[in-house]
Amino acid sequence: MSKANRKTRVLAVSSGGGHWVQLQRLTPAFSDCDVAWATVRPQYRDDLADKSDRFHVLPDATRWNKLGLVHLMLKVFILVLKERPDAIITTGAAPGYFALMFGRLTGKRTCWLDSIANIEELSLSGRKASRWATLWLTQWKHLAMPDGPEFHGCVLPNLLQDDDDAVVQEAHKERSQ
Amino acid sequence: MIFVSVGMQMPFDRLCQAVDAWAGDNGRDDVFMQIGETDWRPSNVEYTELIDPSSFKARVRESTLLVMHAGIGSIVTAFECGKPVLVMPRREHLHETRNDHQFATARKLVGLNGVVVAMDEIELVKRLDEMSIEEVPMSISKTASPELLEKIHAFVHGSK
Repeated sequence: MSKANRKTRVLAVSSGGGHWVQLQRLTPAFSDCDVAWATVRPQYRDDLADKSDRFHVLPDATRWNKLGLVHLMLKVFILVLKERPDAIITTGAAPGYFALMFGRLTGKRTCWLDSIANIEELSLSGRKASRWATLWLTQWKHLAMPDGPEFHGCVLPNLLQDDDDAVVQEAHKERSQ
Repeated sequence: MIFVSVGMQMPFDRLCQAVDAWAGDNGRDDVFMQIGETDWRPSNVEYTELIDPSSFKARVRESTLLVMHAGIGSIVTAFECGKPVLVMPRREHLHETRNDHQFATARKLVGLNGVVVAMDEIELVKRLDEMSIEEVPMSISKTASPELLEKIHAFVHGSK
């Protein structure tokens, strides 16, 4: 199939727990795409809305485990080469960081969506990953900055969100002092 | 049935010990705990260290009350299954997590229908005594906000 009429290939990557739950909530945005998912637990395959999507399992490593991180990095590198995505999106943490790094270095579109749990400050991995992200998003309006991250809504719209603009303005005022 | 869960990443003995003591004091035999990888063992309740995702969801569905750390995965599952949840945040200064993001999450949850927030183990026991299982959690949307979905859709297709 020629490149012009093939579906856009998306690689959606995250670690486990809340990161995976948040990634799943983006599914409707990939409705017209060819999607591959990558996360750290084989059982998460059951969560996919479309069971025909490709699903990859990565080793679970945090930034406290150096050897595990090297292993994970290699696995993610191979995954990105194999999947040849047009766009990579992640909700964190370590697997997403490496996916964005290799993605950016090989010219893909890359998006870091910082976890909604980071209410008062951006995650460390998010700040580090921002250099590899063509789109850097926060889920809290008061954390958005002119040079990024941007705010365009969140994954839990009626559960965890900014109460009102007064809170946002207060936060901006505090930071600018 | 009361289901206690502290997630898969790290143990949270302070929460589990408080519920275990409460269950002993009140003769409760309907508590099940997922305690994480820790040396401590409950003396009054059934427990497991880790739990796979499908058993986790099954436990949530058959419970009348959930007690959980303030992790996003746990909270979202509680709301999606429509179960009242008592939440206690891990704290950074007690080395229960790497930063105080759970404390911030817990503060954001205060006042929502179906969730009760306990900031520490003393408040947790108080809330356990008075928590009503009749309370029905607010229903939450199944997906991200339309604005975010639109932005991500434009991003994957390379349009601004």
